[in-house]
Amino acid sequence: MIIDREGLDQLISVLIGMGFQVVGPTVRDEAIVYENLNSINDLPEGWADEQEGGTYRLKRRSDKALFGYVVGPHSWKKFLHPPERRLFRANLKGGDFEIIPEKLEEPKFAFLGVRSCELHAIAIQDKVFLGGEHVDSTYKIRRENAFFIAVQCGQSAATCFCTSMNTGPRTESGFDLALTEILDNEHHHFIVEVGSDQGNAVMEKILHRQATGEDVMEAKKLTEEVAAKMKRTLDTTNIKELLYENLEHPQWNDIADRCMSCANCTMVCPTCFCSTVEDVTDITGDHAERWQKWDSCFTMDFTHIHGGEVRASTKSRYRQWLTHKLASWQDQFDSSGCVGCGRCITWCPVAIDLTEEIPKIRDSENQITHPGNEARHEIP
Amino acid sequence: MKLPISDPMTPEPYIVKQFIRETHDTFSLDLFPKNISDSIAFQPGQFTMLYAFGVGEVPISISGPAPMQSGLIQTIRKVGKVTEALDQLKNGDTVGLRGPFGSAWPISAMKKRDIVVMAGGIGLAPLRPALYALFDQRDNFGEIALLYGARSPKDLIFTNEFKTWQEKFGIQVKVTVDTADSDWRGNVGVVTTSIPRVDFDPKNTVAMICGPEIMMKYSVAELKQLGVKEDRIHITMERNMKCAIGFCGHCQFGPAFICKDGPIFQYNQVKHFFGIREI
Repeated sequence: MIIDREGLDQLISVLIGMGFQVVGPTVRDEAIVYENLNSINDLPEGWADEQEGGTYRLKRRSDKALFGYVVGPHSWKKFLHPPERRLFRANLKGGDFEIIPEKLEEPKFAFLGVRSCELHAIAIQDKVFLGGEHVDSTYKIRRENAFFIAVQCGQSAATCFCTSMNTGPRTESGFDLALTEILDNEHHHFIVEVGSDQGNAVMEKILHRQATGEDVMEAKKLTEEVAAKMKRTLDTTNIKELLYENLEHPQWNDIADRCMSCANCTMVCPTCFCSTVEDVTDITGDHAERWQKWDSCFTMDFTHIHGGEVRASTKSRYRQWLTHKLASWQDQFDSSGCVGCGRCITWCPVAIDLTEEIPKIRDSENQITHPGNEARHEIP
Repeated sequence: MKLPISDPMTPEPYIVKQFIRETHDTFSLDLFPKNISDSIAFQPGQFTMLYAFGVGEVPISISGPAPMQSGLIQTIRKVGKVTEALDQLKNGDTVGLRGPFGSAWPISAMKKRDIVVMAGGIGLAPLRPALYALFDQRDNFGEIALLYGARSPKDLIFTNEFKTWQEKFGIQVKVTVDTADSDWRGNVGVVTTSIPRVDFDPKNTVAMICGPEIMMKYSVAELKQLGVKEDRIHITMERNMKCAIGFCGHCQFGPAFICKDGPIFQYNQVKHFFGIREI
């Protein structure tokens, strides 16, 4: 199917009419972020983003493209796994207290403009929050209610490496609708792929026309070109073994000399899921609340136990983050924790780039003599 | 029977039936659920998250039912804000509790074996229910030896039960302390110095160890040296925990989440990461 700009605008209003809170890309503070959308006028028309290690800059395009950029500092996890939420309240009654459980909110989000790498990131967080013995009920309800409108990438940023992680640029599943933006001198329209019954039902309410085989070919060709042009790569061959074998590699010290332990990489990462809790009381001391908040393995108190911090050094915290992302994640959730979106590279204030650091470990691996303990060589 | 958990992140109110002073800085709480009449089911080695009103939550291992006490027993050392608040509790007060969580000592897989139990300080707490589980079916096990060490005599817990354990259940108990004054009639030295002083057949031995990492490291090394198999050595790991259900990420130790994959591990499962600084 094909829709025009008007059709896209209609899609937003139909979804709002169905009770969805439509969120998608918009320009704020010189970046493309995910916020509420009321119409296509809220989309970043004619904007492109320029990304490199430690660099993010919006630039004007010469056309009126609505999706002519890649991913910004936000990811959809802020809607599915909110940055903070109250877990419960408690009221003191003499020496006794009562715990008041939190009522579950049930927001209905329609996500517009979800990229392939981001759909993969959501699938990865699904395993974290829904795949185990316990289920995160907030995540579950938000996830189940959500309507996904993907956008097939028409360009990549210099920091993208999704082709290495097998997460893009073309998305084949996990969406209700997927749009490919076609923009040339004569046309500005969107080729729509339908991925679900609900997607189909929504499309029936929107002015559309049938796509020809040629249109579909054109859409595919576009993402193939993006894949072919992607510059950054990461060799993931035996990456788990590589990192498990190199926990004492000198490159971690080299990274630690640059890393500011600022936690930006974990905040922008679409798969990072760590959280902490904060207990607060009011001024009377009779009413207490417990809040869950996003946390980062780069903070000092993340590993606090009696007697001190387990990971006091920046070296150990960076090692934890990258080893978790690329190695132990595989043992925990049967997939990589990295989708190659490049956010951690762009938003690192000192431009630390995992696609540069991993080869430094890999290239020197054979020259490193491992420290004494023979047990180090046995990989679980 | 499982505890009814409406939301795994919301505590259930429990009543302090009895506050038990154990040492100068350690105490036990005998807890009963406020709203549930069911008995509490847990496996020896598991832990709960205890919530002190308005202050916070801490992971605490379950240290019994034990004789003369009948609820859920949790033994706690005062080391921070939350445990200090818990130390202020009185009989009849309320605490919040989530759990039980985590892995257990694999008692049923230990049948016909000799058992070596090694504990450091408050590390005896999660081992006490394991010992009582062994006593429940004493004839199914061979020699049982408890090697217990603490920093000083005043840091030893559960000492009034040792005599019964030796005489009624026929286990060997060796206690050592790191330092002591002239009033101490027992042994001085690290806990591993007790190993040659008890009888067990290393080839047929299962070990359960709980204590500081450095203590566990040397204990594992000594037991391996004697011929105890790595997959029969069980250790407990400790890390920061916020959720106890694998969501918060704080307790990661290599690929393991201590809260759900542990806190008890077969040594060979974690040895690749065990002892690496700041892992």
